[in-house]
Amino acid sequence: MDLSYFKKISHWTWQLMPEDRMRVPAIIFASESLLAEMDDKVLEQLSNVATLPGIVAASMAMPDAHWGYGFPIGGVAAFDPDLGGVVSAGGVGFDIACGVRTLLTGLHFEEILPRKKNLADLLFQTIPAGLGSKGNLKVKNKDMDQLLLKGAKWAVEQGYGDKADLDKIEERGTAKGARPEFVSAKAKQRQEREMGTLGSGNHYLEVQVIEEIYDQKVAQVFGLRQNDCVVSIHCGSRGLGHQIATEFMREMIMEAKRQKIYLPDRDLACAPINSKTGQEYLGAMRAAINCALANRQILTHLVRQTFDVVFPGINMPLLYDVAHNTCREEYHEVSGQKRKLFVHRKGATRAFGPGHPDLPLEYRDVGQPVLIGGSMGTSSYILVGTEKGMQLSFGSACHGAGRTMSRRQAKKMYTGPKIVQDLDQQGIEIRGHSYRGLAEEAPDAYKDVSEVVEVAHKTHLAYKVARLRPIICIKG
Amino acid sequence: MKPYWDHFYHQADIGIIGAGPTVSSAFAQAGLALTAVITELDKVRPVQEKEISIEAPELDILFFDYINEIIFLISTQGMLFSEYTVKIENLSLEATIKGEPIDVQKHAPAVEVKGATFSGLKVFKNNQGFWVAKCIVDV
Repeated sequence: MDLSYFKKISHWTWQLMPEDRMRVPAIIFASESLLAEMDDKVLEQLSNVATLPGIVAASMAMPDAHWGYGFPIGGVAAFDPDLGGVVSAGGVGFDIACGVRTLLTGLHFEEILPRKKNLADLLFQTIPAGLGSKGNLKVKNKDMDQLLLKGAKWAVEQGYGDKADLDKIEERGTAKGARPEFVSAKAKQRQEREMGTLGSGNHYLEVQVIEEIYDQKVAQVFGLRQNDCVVSIHCGSRGLGHQIATEFMREMIMEAKRQKIYLPDRDLACAPINSKTGQEYLGAMRAAINCALANRQILTHLVRQTFDVVFPGINMPLLYDVAHNTCREEYHEVSGQKRKLFVHRKGATRAFGPGHPDLPLEYRDVGQPVLIGGSMGTSSYILVGTEKGMQLSFGSACHGAGRTMSRRQAKKMYTGPKIVQDLDQQGIEIRGHSYRGLAEEAPDAYKDVSEVVEVAHKTHLAYKVARLRPIICIKG
Repeated sequence: MKPYWDHFYHQADIGIIGAGPTVSSAFAQAGLALTAVITELDKVRPVQEKEISIEAPELDILFFDYINEIIFLISTQGMLFSEYTVKIENLSLEATIKGEPIDVQKHAPAVEVKGATFSGLKVFKNNQGFWVAKCIVDV
């Protein structure tokens, strides 16, 4: 991207002042090199988002931003319902509430090492992953509606995990205001056999070693010790979320026309928050958030069962669960005034700072754990939300590395067997159903996650707490 | 010129494109492009049949709905498809698509397609008089 488009606000903050139909500026948090590598489409999409009614402060992109559809991936935008603010299905994305949760194991790296292969095989056998895989749980009718209303709480009630887990999940495991009646029969049908499945693409389950700790005090609060292992699960709301996104994107095209909302790109299709379509989407989207939370909860149970076979009696508490693709009703201070806003985070993580009432008591003094996923073979990071981030980005941070290379390019440049061999040499047990899928997800097809995290840290969006290195990776 | 399908560039996702002498053949080719995002086409035997019947207010929305209907069948029927026969009249589409149940060992699906997007969505007649149907699918 051409840097001359921007006014440089700080070393890592770049601003495009409003032009044409833009109502607010566009802001990108990035180093010079990350910005230079970004596709021009990111800025075009950010500028388009800035034209939407009721947008507040700025249309923002996190340092891992890349070209999406409608909104960029890594895009953050808040809308005020009282100013005609909108909600956009494309602004949330297809995999609603796709996210990461991390479990502590209390196991030292060297305890796992001799059993690594066995553990990888068992996890791969137990966790349904990839297209064509089915969960053991079939959920229909009333049970489905309960699941969509209660989220992870429903899963715990069915025996998947502990009540204590719920405290460590955003909104205590249940997105309020879910309306299963606005979720179509087709969306529910798509989910009947998909609960407790990982999905595919960049979704994974990893066993990771805590390789470096940057902030001892916060790490201690989070229960992180150097050389201990954790398990991270990256997946989302599966077919149900995909179908809701598909149907509402189409519906919002019609609604935007009816409401005479100017759309520079049809993927920005949206509806006023205070409209029937807007409210129906929010109800359905929250149901999809609950679906994702229940799904990660079921997978957590399967992971614990598997670990218990290899390490009998093991206790694996949940560190935290964060979602990436959401629109959430939140209160933020804007120009000294507290306002109710609907914050879209598409490929971005909520990162609330210390003292926020929504945080679990244990974490309230330090801030929210922010879980940043790596890309099969590269590091992942745990950060903590900051007070400054609340002001800069409505309490948001990056979510991962972000792609730099298309799947087609990656497929041409890498082969599955070579990737397995390379990862093996790095001490990573990789398991997947498809060599082509592994090639398309090659670690080098993504940005350097360390540079992305460094920018988040230096801009004060979220502070570094720990770096994790994978030793087992189950790919969807 | 023969009908053809192809993929086109998107940084994170992938574009599918179908082209042929009629709108129907372009849609049929795009179906093949969709399957080829997931697996190699020659690995999928056309032994079981499914029907699609849809209507839409515009031709490109019809294409969006058609691709999403195939994605819905892949997801709920656990099948992949390698033969597409499409008939379009007055924004009304009838299709017969043939394939087989997904066999993870045999098909080694690379990725799951989540849905069609409006990005790059276009149905048009090109300079060579061929109909082209294209869009980016989220994977």
